[in-house]
Amino acid sequence: MGQPVTISLDSLIAPVDLDAMKRTAASGGCSSSSCGSSTRPEDMDAEVWERIKDHPCYSEEAHHYFARMHVAVAPACNIQCNYCNRKYDCANESRPGVASEKLTPDQARRKVIAVANEVPQLSVLGIAGPGDACYDWKKTQATFAAIAKDIPDVKLCISTNGLALPDHVDELADMNVDHVTITINMVDPEIGAKIYPWIYFRNRRWTGVEASQILHERQMQGLEMLIARGVLTKINSVMIPGVNDEHLIEVNRWVKARGAFLHNVMPLISDPAHGTHYGLTGQRGPSAMELKALQDRLEGGAKLMRHCRQCRADAVGLLGEDRGQEFTLDQLPESVDYDPAKRTAYREFVAVERGDHVAAKQAAAAAIQEAAAEGQSLLVAVATKGGGRVNEHFGHAKEFQIYEASSKGVVFVGHRKVEAYCLGGFGEDATLDAVIAALEGVRHVLCAKIGDCPKDMLEAAGIAASDAYAYEYAETAIGALYAETFASAPSQAVA
Amino acid sequence: MAFKIVASQCTACSACEFECPTGAIKFKNDAYIIDPKICTECEGHFDTQQCANVCPVPKTCVKV
Repeated sequence: MGQPVTISLDSLIAPVDLDAMKRTAASGGCSSSSCGSSTRPEDMDAEVWERIKDHPCYSEEAHHYFARMHVAVAPACNIQCNYCNRKYDCANESRPGVASEKLTPDQARRKVIAVANEVPQLSVLGIAGPGDACYDWKKTQATFAAIAKDIPDVKLCISTNGLALPDHVDELADMNVDHVTITINMVDPEIGAKIYPWIYFRNRRWTGVEASQILHERQMQGLEMLIARGVLTKINSVMIPGVNDEHLIEVNRWVKARGAFLHNVMPLISDPAHGTHYGLTGQRGPSAMELKALQDRLEGGAKLMRHCRQCRADAVGLLGEDRGQEFTLDQLPESVDYDPAKRTAYREFVAVERGDHVAAKQAAAAAIQEAAAEGQSLLVAVATKGGGRVNEHFGHAKEFQIYEASSKGVVFVGHRKVEAYCLGGFGEDATLDAVIAALEGVRHVLCAKIGDCPKDMLEAAGIAASDAYAYEYAETAIGALYAETFASAPSQAVA
Repeated sequence: MAFKIVASQCTACSACEFECPTGAIKFKNDAYIIDPKICTECEGHFDTQQCANVCPVPKTCVKV
């Protein structure tokens, strides 16, 4: 813990040092822009900001600081999707709907309390598969009721396919479930028939276009009901090349018109080993650049979420990490009491830290304005372990956060998952090749530290890696990099 | 006249349990089983067997 700015960030993975956090929090005080609503984006309503500012999935800014956990309590599902196979499950896989153990509502309660006592960043509890939280309603309801009693300030959240949603909207609103995600992959049942082989509805199985017609109507009804009750609603769409990729532009239009808060376009994950229909029939997922191209086309419609990590149904921690293995059933105590100390201290620290972060963002935007390279943009990959800073070693990074710097400022545009290059003292060339492939379109990598060997190999691949900005905010580092790049070679076209 | 659950296929998702109109499906020893003495194959309730309709894995809820 050498550098003062890294204390809090190391504490993200090490045991939490409450005193250090309090000191950092106190030293910042309320001097500048550090307090209260000043971190709110200009185009957002204050009341909405208050509801999402600690939710890592609904606020890109919050995802650098706050963590979610999912509990797999509602395993029953009422539809079949071609990207899902309920038989397959593995602790090493990271994708939606996958969980190692299903929990009863009581087990879930103990797990949430155990996590809240250990993970100070925890702000959200979600039920997101395997299965459907609205269809398997009694278990969803029992879990939320228990948690709300013990930890009243944890945000409750569900993810649903929407088919059973209209039956439970009132109860969701009554239970203060303030965030609901509906997976909507189509608004045209002809396209739906290529995604959903069947649904189970009103005591029978429906197939083909008829099934998708019912699903579509129920999804729209559910969405409209949620909006009418003021529930923040996010739409997840799986981008399936050749099936619904172009069509998602239409989906975005529909959900925007109905008041969806956020649209999250995710890439199809498809592999024969997953045993899904798409995996077995060779349907491919989109490349990172194809996904970004579609997301760029959707800008201006319903607000896009670009920081989704497509996490497991039993994920625990910040979006880029998963601490689920620390909280498996066999490690849970028989009885556990909630202790708010760590979460409270962390929130005090974040209140100050994120104010500083906003100031840094504004300074970076100003730096870029000054460099004024008209039409020039720069894609930069950042190795981070949280807090929005360049604070992870290149070889330890399991993902890179991708920022785009342009005349609009420095904007988070996505992430690229990789395998960690460093295997304890040596690196694997094949892994580095995969990292280089994953960084398609990226010209700069910023990290806390990088060895000469990988640095040279990245250089040879046209990627400049640097640890010169270690522990800076990503935006500060990228603003400086942008200014440097375009000041020294103004005519050079980059990325 | 009854249905059964092929244990090796079952994902224990529980959907069949609450769709069964006669309450014939129980969770016992980490698996769902259909009590053949109670199961009516949904006769008198529905045209098709609800467990088989809702089960996410093909050929898992089948005729004994």
